[in-house]
Amino acid sequence: MAQQHRTRFGSLAHYEKGGVEVINDDARNYVFSNIFEVASKSKPYEKVAVGKNIEYVIEAIRTEGTSGWRAPAQDEFALVMDGEVEIRLLKLENPGVVPAATRGSVGLAGTPAGRTMGVVRARRGHMTLLPVGAAYQFHAAQPGVLLLQTLAGADTVERWADICQTTSRR
Amino acid sequence: MSQTTATLPEIGSIEPNQHGYRTFTLGSFGFSRDEYFAHVVWPKGRHMLPVDAFLRALQRDIAWGFFYGIVNFDAVVGTVNHYGSVDLFAGRFNAHYRKAGVDHSERFTTPLIQRVFEAILDDWTNAGFDPFASPAETGLAFGPKNGSNKEAITRHRVTAKRMIGAPGDEPLRTDDNGFPVNRHFRDVPQDTPEVRAEPGFEDEVVSFNLFAYLSRSDVTWNPSIVSVCNASLYCPTTEEYILPVIHGNDRVEWFVQLSDEIHWEVEDRDTGAVRARVTMKAGDVAAMPADIRHRGFSPKRSMLLVWENASPELPALYASGKMPPTPVQF
Repeated sequence: MAQQHRTRFGSLAHYEKGGVEVINDDARNYVFSNIFEVASKSKPYEKVAVGKNIEYVIEAIRTEGTSGWRAPAQDEFALVMDGEVEIRLLKLENPGVVPAATRGSVGLAGTPAGRTMGVVRARRGHMTLLPVGAAYQFHAAQPGVLLLQTLAGADTVERWADICQTTSRR
Repeated sequence: MSQTTATLPEIGSIEPNQHGYRTFTLGSFGFSRDEYFAHVVWPKGRHMLPVDAFLRALQRDIAWGFFYGIVNFDAVVGTVNHYGSVDLFAGRFNAHYRKAGVDHSERFTTPLIQRVFEAILDDWTNAGFDPFASPAETGLAFGPKNGSNKEAITRHRVTAKRMIGAPGDEPLRTDDNGFPVNRHFRDVPQDTPEVRAEPGFEDEVVSFNLFAYLSRSDVTWNPSIVSVCNASLYCPTTEEYILPVIHGNDRVEWFVQLSDEIHWEVEDRDTGAVRARVTMKAGDVAAMPADIRHRGFSPKRSMLLVWENASPELPALYASGKMPPTPVQF
């Protein structure tokens, strides 16, 4: 009989964490964290960096309730890791609300002027384009987790010592 | 280091050896195979690799365009990418070979080494053996010459320009275009996001199921670009059994474990001394520093997001010490 394989994904409700076993190194060099653990301790829509590569980051975002509107300075990509998220997109009437030197995205006050582009309802594993020139807003009826591919911006939160493994796991 | 060789030699011997395989030379390196092993010779030494392992490593080195940094086929033989030229080496990143003075390295233009490697892969890959497939999903590499498998070794490499599924970009995978769900991922939901685009915005309101896309991958240990944020590239891949190369970094790269688990052995990039073992489970995130080499072990087919910064200036910044080898200091 063919073996049935079970694919294991993580969630806010259930995740297992691996770790770094040091032989001759410093565990901090691996900047090891877990997206679900980070989101479980975050405020809704807090943009917590879990990876950083020079100017680029990946952010773990707890989705819960309705976010403010944001506008990216370049394409961003949102990958749902847990839960269901409604992503509302709006074409900015004035793209100048994103200053030229912006990296990542900027938060906007209220609802920006512009045309409704559409809505995406995304669940675990779904990746959505957040296009430059648009604004986006997230809404989640239940807590969930997004992983955002972007650049480090003014609202990116870096708290590495809090989220990362600092000593060897044995 | 000798000067870069660009002269095209004879690609390989015309007459096959007693096992039916052609023999190849590249600079002062020689390559031959028998029923079980690939043999590599250079002026100061010789080395044998199991031919299945050699072909799996060779396949990835070719398909990745020699990748970022160093592709060690094993603890002795491999390549270093200089992005326009490539070093072929033996023992260069092995402390014992270095100490004994039997290491060797030669630099070739990328088109030259690419052409010779492709010729070796083509001649030495028998019918029924797929170097990209997991060992449980392919036939044997061993035995005397038995046909070829050009379709398997010349697959299209997925490199999205913006995002998979975006208009004009790389297509989704389906049963109809030859990508059934893999046997290890039959429980992965194949649902699609609900996309409601207003008229005129159909090209910009785009979403797809990445996990379903990965569940239909027919290859292992082969990062493919699915989204592009300037030089930030998401390169997810499905992994099963053992990474066929030991990847030596010339920049920091990041791993996000999307499903299941992978165990990484991490060594010093230049000497091979063991530094750490990293176990990653679903949701775990880890950096691979710029001065290490790593090899992964995946007991079940798993989904791994490899996150790369493709900025061309990075190798020089790390090599010069202007950039620390770890991405974050805390």
